[in-house]
Amino acid sequence: MTELADPDVRAVSPARSRYQSDEFVARLRRRYAAEQRFKYAGMAAIGLASLMLVVLLGSIISQGYTAFQQTSIALDITFDAAEIDPQGTRNPEVLAQANYAKLIRDSLGTVFPEATSRADRRTLSDLLSSGAPFELAMMVRDDPSLVGTTKRVWLTASDDVDQFMKGFIPRNVAETERRVNDVQVAAIDRLASKDSIEKSFNTTLFTAGDSREPELAGIWGAIVGSFMTLAITMALAVPIGVSAAIYLEEFAPKRWWTDLIEVNINNLAAVPSIVFGLLGLAVFLNFFGMPRSAPVVGGVVLALMTLPIIIIATRAALKAVPPSIREAALGIGASPLQTVLHHVLPLAMPGILTGTIIGMAHALGETAPLLMIGMVAFIVDIPGGFTDSATVLPVQIYMWADSPERAFTERTSAAIMILLGFLVLMNGLAVFLRKKFERRW
Amino acid sequence: MQLTVLLVVLAVLAVVGYHLGRSRAANAVGGRIVQLHSVPAYYGAYVALWAGLPAFLLFVAWGVSEGWLVMQMVLAGLPDRLTSVDAQGIALLKADLLNLAHGLNTGRQPDPAVVAGAEHYNALRQLGDWAVLGFGSALAVAGLWYARERISPRMRARNQVERVINIVLIGCSLVAILTTVGIVLSLVFEAARFFMAVNPLEFLFGLHWSPQMAIRADQVGSSGSFGAVPLFAGTLLITVIAMLVAVPVGLMAAIFMSEYATPRMRTALKPILEVLAGIPTVVYGFFAALTMAPFVRRIGDAVGLDVSSESALAAGVVMGVMIIPFVSSLSDDVINAVPQSLRDGSYGLGATKSETIKLVVMPAALPGIVAAVMLAVSRAIGETMIVTMAAGLSANLTANPLEAVTTVTTQIATLLVGDQEFDSPKTLSAFGLGLVLFIVTLTLNMIALRVVQKYREKYD
Repeated sequence: MTELADPDVRAVSPARSRYQSDEFVARLRRRYAAEQRFKYAGMAAIGLASLMLVVLLGSIISQGYTAFQQTSIALDITFDAAEIDPQGTRNPEVLAQANYAKLIRDSLGTVFPEATSRADRRTLSDLLSSGAPFELAMMVRDDPSLVGTTKRVWLTASDDVDQFMKGFIPRNVAETERRVNDVQVAAIDRLASKDSIEKSFNTTLFTAGDSREPELAGIWGAIVGSFMTLAITMALAVPIGVSAAIYLEEFAPKRWWTDLIEVNINNLAAVPSIVFGLLGLAVFLNFFGMPRSAPVVGGVVLALMTLPIIIIATRAALKAVPPSIREAALGIGASPLQTVLHHVLPLAMPGILTGTIIGMAHALGETAPLLMIGMVAFIVDIPGGFTDSATVLPVQIYMWADSPERAFTERTSAAIMILLGFLVLMNGLAVFLRKKFERRW
Repeated sequence: MQLTVLLVVLAVLAVVGYHLGRSRAANAVGGRIVQLHSVPAYYGAYVALWAGLPAFLLFVAWGVSEGWLVMQMVLAGLPDRLTSVDAQGIALLKADLLNLAHGLNTGRQPDPAVVAGAEHYNALRQLGDWAVLGFGSALAVAGLWYARERISPRMRARNQVERVINIVLIGCSLVAILTTVGIVLSLVFEAARFFMAVNPLEFLFGLHWSPQMAIRADQVGSSGSFGAVPLFAGTLLITVIAMLVAVPVGLMAAIFMSEYATPRMRTALKPILEVLAGIPTVVYGFFAALTMAPFVRRIGDAVGLDVSSESALAAGVVMGVMIIPFVSSLSDDVINAVPQSLRDGSYGLGATKSETIKLVVMPAALPGIVAAVMLAVSRAIGETMIVTMAAGLSANLTANPLEAVTTVTTQIATLLVGDQEFDSPKTLSAFGLGLVLFIVTLTLNMIALRVVQKYREKYD
């Protein structure tokens, strides 16, 4: 449009026709200005969408990157044999039931000898996570020879200390307004001066199940749950979806009932996902009595939900295979089924795979129907089977987002980053497949 | 366990059957396979189907009916004093039995008869699983042997195999219908139970929503009220806000992409919209609750407005952002379907590009764009996570976007999360709301899809 953009046409000819009258030129200028405005409005729309995307991702990354680090505190723990294993049997049950919290208290007592009052000692114990005694128990279980020795051990700090170390709890406000009191701040400073407190990579986040304590909570349970749910979804939705698409695209006669199926599939694709949750609750849980919170039910519900996506994508892929391929196969004596299975389907495979992966990515991010079938339960254990109680990554995000602790906010953002990472991976694979195998006929 | 074994046995027998059938067919004609009716692989598939399919159907039938069947047998074996109670008591009894059978603690001292029943339940299930394993394996072997015996050069193996495959394919296509039927039946049945307790007119037109139920009959505020109008109004408010964001931005983005952008710009800009479309709704919900809502509140405070921390505005705007790619991709399709000749005609008359778009392309594409907006509205109405996380729970009847409102989907989600008892109107009201939601979105989708289809045919 640039050649039209300069409306100064009067210079072209000295004789002024009606097309060079002032009104005409002014009108033309207005029209071109409107043209520019319209174009800028379009750019602004794209810009706004991009801005929102940047703000969205930016806010999540800036809130969440700190969750990949976790503060821990080093203490010289004396694994007192008289305390842990008075009989000296080294019986694992005795070792597991010993009072490890006392070991930590004793150790803190030697580091901070000035803290003698009960309140001060309790405040100091709160520096460490309530899971710290279990960490000691695990160490002793794995290596009973520790009993009777003294060792410098890194223990997980509590979430408040962690947030303080990351600078989210300001130092210079009144003591009553921060979750770390003055005694604790002084203790943290003392530990820091002795290099006994530091931030390191947060492995708990990737290996643990859910927990009420932010510093002990991880997403591994949710990842395993998501994986199991998706496995069920894939095992059901892909064969059924591809078969249905093959039938509808290649074999179905044009009758009222095939039209009905088509309309049905298009409508199902637009049914709100929460309605599928209601279906799962009423039919699978209440009618068939399948277990609540189980990946198997979640997988079935998500399979029903992704089925239309896969059918529509597969039909598009089959449609893109030119009829000449079918005619050639039929011409040399292949049956219709052989034609489809031996020739059309392999050629449509990249498109089917792409559609399937996109459908699976959709299922991975879905939350609402899974809330309905009880996958929102608080589950600490890593699920071991398809009928165990489990949760999935998006539902874990939903639950953590509800938790008031600041430390959960950063973990929620971290979990979102991981979920988005999986989605990027899947969509990247789909794009790669499309690019690599795309065929123009 | 036994059922997994059965599946493995069936798979092995099917593979064995395939090879047996193929070699048997080839041997029957002494290796001159030209004399066979079908290629040998079809004879193999024929035997494999006979070996695997009947037993597999048995497996599926057992898997679906096992729990119910065994439960009925256990109930029949329990003493009358336990089973001669109302439906609710039976449900409780069943739950106790299941808990005990799975080794869970029921929280109270169980009746010895119930414990015996639970043991009976486990024993019957074990027995049933073993029986199905044995019977299924026998069925598979018998099928394999029968099919192998039937193989002859004249047998039309291909036709038979293809007929079975055809039936399987039809069965798969019917799953979509079954899903719809399942949705409709489950919604209608549970909603009917709800409407037996609550007058449908009161539900649809009542102005007060507070779905708590009393634990004791004489409790204060014992009867919940189920007037859903505040929910409909809240849904409408958030949807309108979302559309005010999504329609202009999405439509202008689509126009820019299809009419102005060079192919290189398009390949660069398209992923932005695709990424927006691919972000899970729970992430938008988190963003709305933790970033957008405080932001809106701060802005409100700055200009002296009292903004709720769960304002409809925050949820609506974020939902609008979520729907932008949806509107833009649908409108993109519609705009591209307008024939180039219309544009060329307009340019020939001296119209500028924007005039062509506004006066020629848009009117021609209008039905499609209206349909796209309808689909977007249906999506906004059905969207759950953003509103569950960012909109409120209190049912205010207000048109002020700065106040907290609640929506139909939020209520469904909150009513059904956690433990439910399936006889209280409180739980069942979620299905009433679900039915309304389903009908509304279905109607919108039906009309929109119709319009899109009709419109596509017109220009093809």
